[in-house]
Amino acid sequence: MATATNPNVVEDSIQESPGGPKVTTTRQDPETKFCVSGLNFFYGPAQALYDVAVCIPPKRITALIGPSGCGKTTFLRILNRMHETVRHTRVEGQILLDNQDILNMDVTQLRRRVGMVFQKSNPFPKSIFDNVAYGLRINGWKGKGTLQEAVENSLRRAALWDEVKDKLHKSAYALSGGQQQRLCIARALAVDPEVILLDEPCSALDPIATAKIEELLFQLKESCTIVIVTHNMQQAARASDHAGFFLLGKLLEFKETKVLFRTPAMKETEDYITGRFG
Amino acid sequence: MSFRTAWRKSVNAVMLSLTALCALLAVSLLLFILGYLVWYGGKSLSWAFFTQLPKPVGETGGGMANAIVGSGKLLLLAALVGVPIGFMAGVYLAEFGGPTVAFFIRYTTDLLNGVPSIVMGIFAFTIVVLPMKHFSALAGGLALGVMMIPIAVRSTEEFLRNVPQTLREGAMALGASKWKAVATVVVPAAARGILTGIILDLARVAGETAPLLFTAFGNRFWSSGWNQPTASLPVMIYTYAISPYDDWHRQAWAAGLVLLALVLLTNIGARYLLPKKAHVARG
Repeated sequence: MATATNPNVVEDSIQESPGGPKVTTTRQDPETKFCVSGLNFFYGPAQALYDVAVCIPPKRITALIGPSGCGKTTFLRILNRMHETVRHTRVEGQILLDNQDILNMDVTQLRRRVGMVFQKSNPFPKSIFDNVAYGLRINGWKGKGTLQEAVENSLRRAALWDEVKDKLHKSAYALSGGQQQRLCIARALAVDPEVILLDEPCSALDPIATAKIEELLFQLKESCTIVIVTHNMQQAARASDHAGFFLLGKLLEFKETKVLFRTPAMKETEDYITGRFG
Repeated sequence: MSFRTAWRKSVNAVMLSLTALCALLAVSLLLFILGYLVWYGGKSLSWAFFTQLPKPVGETGGGMANAIVGSGKLLLLAALVGVPIGFMAGVYLAEFGGPTVAFFIRYTTDLLNGVPSIVMGIFAFTIVVLPMKHFSALAGGLALGVMMIPIAVRSTEEFLRNVPQTLREGAMALGASKWKAVATVVVPAAARGILTGIILDLARVAGETAPLLFTAFGNRFWSSGWNQPTASLPVMIYTYAISPYDDWHRQAWAAGLVLLALVLLTNIGARYLLPKKAHVARG
């Protein structure tokens, strides 16, 4: 069974997480944000993930790559339990977020700590301001003045403020595709999450909008842990610090991006990243 | 040209004109009814129709002010009964119910929709009129309200289902519970559609006569309060049309015109309200 290598191997603080459902890792390396072990996932009777074990480092960009249907989006959605919106799913294994088991955590608490940006930008049919303020309001924000500051701050962090500051009360649908996606990032940032999960956030964007988002992710990793699913090899190679390769529901390799792209250990990884897959 | 080709061409021509003729007939029926109503109703329509009470038998003139107000009261009561139940059930159906429950509710509301309106009248008669021992606006409003429920449920469900799943996920990914996501994002996104459905539903029951015959009954005077027999336009039309008096016939035409105009205007207005931007949200 494939076992993912620990990303922190280079730092010589090895924490073994061998594949197997019986692993009980209660202590966690400070250099990991998410520690996943023995993760199996099922859609009804169909198994989608097999024995995934990985440690995701904090304040880095981690890219997940692999062909369509390999389970990388499924894996990403489990990290903030969005899989629970689909009926008849089942998770086995352990996922620790700063040593806390997320599967036994209050789900709304978890999602406030672990935000998500989706493949297709999904602004709410509200004004730009109300979109960003949404997460703050439902979490019980008080005080009008500070709400305004918080919204401005989030929009600045998402590098959108200068483009929208004069039309905060216009509909979010008036923005371009790339702006909408950055608005969704600002909306996720507003609740100040520790981790942001991005599911192919640039798949519908042109190269210029894509470059803006990558630049943004680069700035964000100073304060957040970022996990991004992408189909774009170049994007994974240039924008991420660590990368994992999924194939048929298994995490075949997980390494520093440089290492993974230069010297992949597996034949399948090499075939995929060089475009010789299949 | 062979005989077969000629035969095919003529069959084609005959069928084409036959279907076109029927389509024309379907459209012209509405125009015919409208024209007829405008012709006969328009002649008898006057300011007095809207402001005066019915005159006693034998006198000509008068109006149906009480029936117009009565219809309004009945529709208000119907909305109070039908809209909350229909809307909430529609939300449950679209957002919370599992496939089995949803199937059951959908099937039941479809059956309820098929219940003849006169049976709704008997139902309200039995549970309101008999215990209270007199006809009332309450009983009529209840009958109409129950009639509104199936359509309100289905149209609410339909418009909620049109809201893209990604909006629900977006809200829940920010830490909103399912209920909060529905209340703050999904329902507002579908609000105009739902409102349109409800207005059309109201317009539909506005013309119902049978459920009112022995619930709201009718009244030739103002009814004070909700607890008395109440006049309504459809029942007024029925009573006046089967009467032996020419003046009443004219008034029935006028009432028909007013009722139809109200229903048509509501329909047109509601469709105008229907969101044109709904597609933008779907991307």
